[in-house]
Amino acid sequence: MAVRVQRNSFDTDAEVKALTAGRTDIGAIVTFTGLMRAANAGKAVTAMSLEHYPGMTEGELQSLEEEARRRWSLAASLIVHRVGDFSPGDPIVLVVTAAPHRQAAFAAAEFLMDYLKTRAPFWKRESGPEGDRWVEARDSDAAASERWGAWRRGGKDP
Amino acid sequence: MPVKILYFAWVREKTGTAEEIVDLPEGVATVAELVGWLKTRGPQYAAAFARAEVIRAAIDRTHVAADASLANAREIAFFPPVTGG
Repeated sequence: MAVRVQRNSFDTDAEVKALTAGRTDIGAIVTFTGLMRAANAGKAVTAMSLEHYPGMTEGELQSLEEEARRRWSLAASLIVHRVGDFSPGDPIVLVVTAAPHRQAAFAAAEFLMDYLKTRAPFWKRESGPEGDRWVEARDSDAAASERWGAWRRGGKDP
Repeated sequence: MPVKILYFAWVREKTGTAEEIVDLPEGVATVAELVGWLKTRGPQYAAAFARAEVIRAAIDRTHVAADASLANAREIAFFPPVTGG
């Protein structure tokens, strides 16, 4: 159970190996990697920068993991989110969930990503031929996190 | 009592400030009241908070609603809806 915010890229295979080293209780590993696309909302994107709220980001990501562990029987989990400057094709975020059985690993990975997108304080700024713009939050992301039910930590939905 | 206020993304760009220490005036007890007071501090703040309903807030690094109390707050942050992942 770990979270990291970093500028450097990540190596998914190395992260999975580290997470599962010496473990014999894990029957399923799900990894999700989010990549930067060269188009968003119908506009070309040539570069992107990503900023965050140091301190709050790590706290929110840890809360997400804690909530996932309350809901599913997970053996291990990891969230790595990059900040800084990106080009199309670059990896942005990695979520790894490990569990005795696949159902928990699949569901928890999806839950972590859905809630990360609506709660973790990251902001994207895109550049393209038409200039720079801050990315706007999507209603579909809010709907994706709402389908998991109320956030149970007593905190407010952002 | 002095509190630290942080601004992120386009809220930071519009206020022209990433962080500042302010003394909360009398009568400013909630996030919404703080927004109302910040808007009076100059045209940049008025512009940043013109659409106050879309701006999110956190107190001491926890998401809060507009009616949240500022009592005991040390760090208050304002930012647009998040767009990570």
